[in-house]
Amino acid sequence: MRIQSLIAWFDERLSISTLVAIARKKEVPLHRHSIWYYFGGMTLFLFTVQVVTGILLLLYYRPSSESAFESVQFIITEVKFGWLIRSIHSWSANLMIATLFIHMFSVFFLRAYYPPREITWVSGVFLLFIVICFGFSGYLLPWNKLAFFATKVGTEIAGVVPVVGRPILRFLRGGDDVTGATLTRFFGFHVAVLPATATVFIAIHVLMVQMHGMSVPPKLLGQPVKKMKFVPNFILRDLIGWILAIGVLAALAALFPWELGEKADAFASAPAGIKPEWYFLFMFQTLKWLPAKILGMDGEVLGIMAFNIVALLLFIVPFVDRSDNRRRRLIFNLLGVLALLFIVVMTIVGYVT
Amino acid sequence: MNLGLLNGRIGRLAPAAAAAQISRVVPVLGVPRAFACALPVLTILLLFTTAAAQKKSSCIECHAKLDDPRLSAPAKLFDDDIHRTRGLSCNDCHGGDPNADTKEGAKDPRKGYLGKPKALDIPAYCGKCHSDASLMKKFNPSLRVDQEREYYTSVHGKLLKAGETRAATCISCHSVHGIRAINDPLSSVYPSNVAETCSKCHGSADYMRGLGIPSDQYEKYKTSVHAEALYVKQDLSAPTCNDCHGNHGAAPPGIASVANVCGQCHARQAELFQTSPHKAAFDQKELGECITCHGNHAINKPNDQLIGTTQGALCISCHTPGDKGFVAAGQMRSQIDKLIASLDKSNEILNRAERAGMEVSKPKFELKGAVDALTHARVLIHSSSTAEVDKVIGPGLEVSAKGYEAGTAALAERRFRREGLAVSLVFILFLAGLVYLKLRQIESRQATTE
Amino acid sequence: MQNIFGDKSTDPKHALKPTRRRFLDYLLGTSAFATLGAIFYPIFKFMQPPQIIESAENSVVAAKLSEIPTNSGKIFKFGNKPGIVLRTPAGELKAFSAVCTHLECIVQYRPDTKQIWCACHNGQYNLNGKNIGGPPPRPLEEYKVNTRGDDIVVTRS
Repeated sequence: MRIQSLIAWFDERLSISTLVAIARKKEVPLHRHSIWYYFGGMTLFLFTVQVVTGILLLLYYRPSSESAFESVQFIITEVKFGWLIRSIHSWSANLMIATLFIHMFSVFFLRAYYPPREITWVSGVFLLFIVICFGFSGYLLPWNKLAFFATKVGTEIAGVVPVVGRPILRFLRGGDDVTGATLTRFFGFHVAVLPATATVFIAIHVLMVQMHGMSVPPKLLGQPVKKMKFVPNFILRDLIGWILAIGVLAALAALFPWELGEKADAFASAPAGIKPEWYFLFMFQTLKWLPAKILGMDGEVLGIMAFNIVALLLFIVPFVDRSDNRRRRLIFNLLGVLALLFIVVMTIVGYVT
Repeated sequence: MNLGLLNGRIGRLAPAAAAAQISRVVPVLGVPRAFACALPVLTILLLFTTAAAQKKSSCIECHAKLDDPRLSAPAKLFDDDIHRTRGLSCNDCHGGDPNADTKEGAKDPRKGYLGKPKALDIPAYCGKCHSDASLMKKFNPSLRVDQEREYYTSVHGKLLKAGETRAATCISCHSVHGIRAINDPLSSVYPSNVAETCSKCHGSADYMRGLGIPSDQYEKYKTSVHAEALYVKQDLSAPTCNDCHGNHGAAPPGIASVANVCGQCHARQAELFQTSPHKAAFDQKELGECITCHGNHAINKPNDQLIGTTQGALCISCHTPGDKGFVAAGQMRSQIDKLIASLDKSNEILNRAERAGMEVSKPKFELKGAVDALTHARVLIHSSSTAEVDKVIGPGLEVSAKGYEAGTAALAERRFRREGLAVSLVFILFLAGLVYLKLRQIESRQATTE
Repeated sequence: MQNIFGDKSTDPKHALKPTRRRFLDYLLGTSAFATLGAIFYPIFKFMQPPQIIESAENSVVAAKLSEIPTNSGKIFKFGNKPGIVLRTPAGELKAFSAVCTHLECIVQYRPDTKQIWCACHNGQYNLNGKNIGGPPPRPLEEYKVNTRGDDIVVTRS
């Protein structure tokens, strides 16, 4: 048959059959924690949505302080379905960060970073920071009042760090102040630098997962673990999740369109009660609550340094916690729960106040 | 020495001024020609000696040390006086010799010492210089020199001439010794200080007793839209007492001239009023033009209730049902109400669309055209012509209707989005269900094969 | 040939309920197609250039040179605000915000008085936008004017 010979031709060159064989051989452990396996795939799916909607928005968006706001306004009023694409881009970004956090904490509590999966974890932490940078840079692009001041405050916080802070602030802002230069920069990060970096780390991350297979939680080792075929059983379940995610995104975009707000004005006074995006809120609230001076040092600086250290500690988790040990398990579970509680409580406090 | 020259001049003029208080024009015009020729030289010398003059003044030296505050205050206040900054000193008004070391020497009548003027003499006292065009030109070429003459046309001036010493003179408003330029915010006649300055006399029932005028003008004024503009909005061009009553010629505007007074600022309304049938009717009935409807000191922000034929409308105080004005008033009011109602409706739907997350900033902006028409219509009612009002109400209604349409369209778009969402959700959920069924099917088959 | 899902459609053991399965596959195909349609329809629509080609900018073509002879003016749309572009009796081109600073009526050019005039309350501005008569409390905001060929380009500074 002609189609079969065509497939054979490709197979000879791309060895599709090997890939198919690998895919069919791949299995997913089936146990009471299997649900958490879906969140990595969901994050990747939402990232794909971001890529597609992001490229679409690029058709009309203009990255300059004079026309950024107007072009976004144009997208949501004049361009057909522009409101939908733009709202999905915003909503999907937020959902992606949410699923990413869930994914990270589930991996942490299930100890999925045990050897030989250290690189998977480290690449995942890199992806976490890349995604947060995506969020921070993307937030400014509509050039509205809230984004303008959130960026001002956000970069200000970076500038507080001793020694390197000031150069970082100047690098981020493209000058001493948040201006059109900052917008151009953030645009560059958002559509070129970050996507390229993200692609590399996603490739590493996913490749590692394929190489090592899904991790079985250590406490379930030793018991017989049932397996599910990746293809078609797991992938079809993934697919159901993704289809539903499309539905959720469409519903959110149609029922709660992402607001545009007022155009940024460098000379306007900051609006009262300005808050960052929800995923920065716990840090924002912590810094607000820190006393001005701790042991003779600037409280804010200490807080920022602490967050930086925690961020660095995230990288070395798999190198510190290498094997199952009752006491260490207890300590790490406690640390994880405390971190989670801290984030949840501070976020809620940040919202309420 | 040079100052002596100037003193001599004032001294020479003073008796003439005293003799001809009523008509200061004569002596001013009568300045000897030779003297006029000497003036430029005089001025230059004056300017050169300004600094020197301030160095030595026995008047200030002595008076500043006196215990009686009535005698020491002038010397102290004079520090901030505009006359001092222009190089004048005590003796330029009061005469005498500031170089003399003794009281008797300084106050020597032979050196032109005049002393403290009586209230009746004050206008002429100031007028010695201020009514002299050629002299004042040296200090400020655009300064007017008719204040004294104008003063005697004012109620203040007439009362003073009749011997009423309570009447305000120059110093009642401008203060004395500490006189500041009128554009100095500390001046008692700076726009935002005028009303308070006037109220020092006019606000006191005691002071005004027997003069037959009320003393509540300032209190009333403070409630007015003009006071709000001046004090709250800090608009210095907003009218205070003198903008309607005049300053040096202060007097109540006559019935016939009220419209001219208000028309200084409200020109469009005044112009429209002149073309209206009200003009002749008001003249005939001797009604004050603007104030009949708007009041005088307590002029409040006008509202739409003032026009029309309903309770609270001013039109019905003259017009009776059935007459032409009654009909016109009712029509104008209903036109304005119609536009307001239409605007409210459009605003309401656009706000609703905005709250629902639709982007309607553009139609909202365009709706400003209708607000524009409403503002314009509220002015045009002064023509008392329904046709004039219709000319702007009509387009205003059109603009407003367009805003309403845009609001409806935005809400329709929102419905469309929801319907579209519902349809696509059906597909999506259906697909998800089918994939699930397929999965079940595959898994059941897998179970049988195992 | 087996597909990637390992669905051996020709396997006689699984041909028990072929109609039901085929029906399911058929439905699956159609609704997948419909969903893809629901996804791609907005995308294709999005990519089509809209009727108004460009979003509002900081500068706008206010008028053609020929439209504004000496001693005349024209109202133009500047973003969400009206602007007024005029040519002074001396032949100079000027542009201002056309929103009266008094009660936000739209001003106009008066060739007879050679002033910018607001009909609502007889507000007057001179040709530098300065309020010189009537109730306006502030001058009009001035814009930059450039010409590009026959176009008068007004820019917010």
